[in-house]
Amino acid sequence: MKNKRSKTALSLTYAFLVFVAAVDLIPFFWMILSSFKPLAEIFVFPPKLLPSAWAFSNYRSAWRAGGLNFTRMFGNSMLVAIPFTLGCIVTSSLAAFSFARIRFRGSELVFMCLIASMMIPVSVTMIPTFLLFRNLRLIDTLYPLIARGFFGQAFVIFLMRQFYMTLPKELDDAAFVDGYSRLRIWWKIIMPLSKPILATVIIFVFQQVYNDFQNPLIYINSTAKFTVQLGLASFRGLYATRYDLLMAASVFTLVPILALYLSAQKYFVEGIAMTGLKG
Amino acid sequence: MSAATHSLRRRDTVEGWLFIAPALFGFLLFMVYPILASSAISLFDWNLTGKPAFSGLRNYRALWGDEVFRISLLNTCKWVVVYVPVSIVASLVLALAMDMPIRGIIGFRTIFYLPVVSPVLVVALLFVWLYNSEFGLFNYLLSLAGLEPVGWLTNPRISIFSVAAMYMWKDAGYNMLIILAALQGIPRQLYEAAELDGVTGLRKLLYIKLPLLTPAFYYVIIVSVIYAFQVFTEIYIMTNGGPGYSTHTIAYYLWVNAFRYGKMGYACAQAMVLFVLIMGVTLVQDRLLGRKVQYDL
Repeated sequence: MKNKRSKTALSLTYAFLVFVAAVDLIPFFWMILSSFKPLAEIFVFPPKLLPSAWAFSNYRSAWRAGGLNFTRMFGNSMLVAIPFTLGCIVTSSLAAFSFARIRFRGSELVFMCLIASMMIPVSVTMIPTFLLFRNLRLIDTLYPLIARGFFGQAFVIFLMRQFYMTLPKELDDAAFVDGYSRLRIWWKIIMPLSKPILATVIIFVFQQVYNDFQNPLIYINSTAKFTVQLGLASFRGLYATRYDLLMAASVFTLVPILALYLSAQKYFVEGIAMTGLKG
Repeated sequence: MSAATHSLRRRDTVEGWLFIAPALFGFLLFMVYPILASSAISLFDWNLTGKPAFSGLRNYRALWGDEVFRISLLNTCKWVVVYVPVSIVASLVLALAMDMPIRGIIGFRTIFYLPVVSPVLVVALLFVWLYNSEFGLFNYLLSLAGLEPVGWLTNPRISIFSVAAMYMWKDAGYNMLIILAALQGIPRQLYEAAELDGVTGLRKLLYIKLPLLTPAFYYVIIVSVIYAFQVFTEIYIMTNGGPGYSTHTIAYYLWVNAFRYGKMGYACAQAMVLFVLIMGVTLVQDRLLGRKVQYDL
């Protein structure tokens, strides 16, 4: 009796999960199918599921449409995302190391301040930050987008600190006896042990910077310095109704992050799960 | 001996501060300074080109009488009140389903998390296309069911909810993962003990799972609410705040004032209102949900 009931419950669960999966996937399929349709087939009702002729040329047109150049924009995105990610990981890791493994007065207070700063929305700090970079004459350069990376990030510090606290304290003591400096302990002992958390935070930071739209929108004006996200938005401004090209451009904006996600999914998921468990 | 301990402790202090120096500097430069500067600028009438002119509380008084600001505030509240509970319940149901002894959990998880990692811009553009009132997929599906087409983004009465629905689609996987991680952290012995006492099904959910999920809910709710106060990109891409002012949110209106009209003082006054609002709401939530979350584990 009980067995039968749990079997129905299980079938219902599967049905529900498959339904949600379909709801998640259908928009993506629609995007891909639309990206291969000739323009004439975009604007028909009822819509056709498959294109009658696969218009691969949409991708070629979208790549260099309207004076935009996605090769360059991908380059710009990487010029921002890679240094930002590296800087953010190094500075966050140093701070996390200090919070987790060095005892000093004020450490707790600063840590709590950093945690609290996570709830301050971008809108609140956006204008003075913009004015700051404007006074430094850095508007319409990639620097304002990169600079922040070199000052750590509260969420990353938090994640890394949680991890560092699980490593045995004796590691540091033994290294001290061997005459290691703190910096050397961090680099030679702690960093090699933090590979799992490093992968998680690298991917987390990289995707956040690559996906960012609001900051490039504020700081970048000239087409030559557009990031991919900004390019996609301005592309839309130029071709508001060319859904064929727009969907093709969306697909290749999505592909790098999708590839990263599918190849390193474990780390994406771990990072998120950690925040849930620990705070 | 005591001198040696003393110098060790001093070394700890110096190195401790040195290691956190970049992060601390960033916190002061990109968090503390902007908030102080915002509150100062909010007292000036300033449009970037001219000289700032001190205007006292005039910006705040103007906000009070600004119809658009009131609408933006109301829309943001609509988002908080509708989007947050619905999306969290949906994520909870999904997480409970994922916690069942099912196969293919990795496959499902991969799919559910797909919208979360996708750039918000790509998703927003995709939904503009899906919501298209003449040729979009959604109205096609409605027509299959014999229903009239809906102006998802063109009808001012539903546009804000259409944007929120898009965000729910995008975000459900994130909240689901956090709740699922918490669910799987519940020791199985608790369930076994409960089953011995005859506690099953719904009562197991109500008396064991939900109370133990409180910290996860706390996190998810706080993050969702804070997020709700910063809805910008979705609006900018999907509706430009329209039709009319029907999808203006505080973050959007603030951006428009600062970067389209160049009214820096006025925008900063809004930023301060937003700041106080978020602090207030978060504190209230903190009281209501209790201090269940500990950062030192």
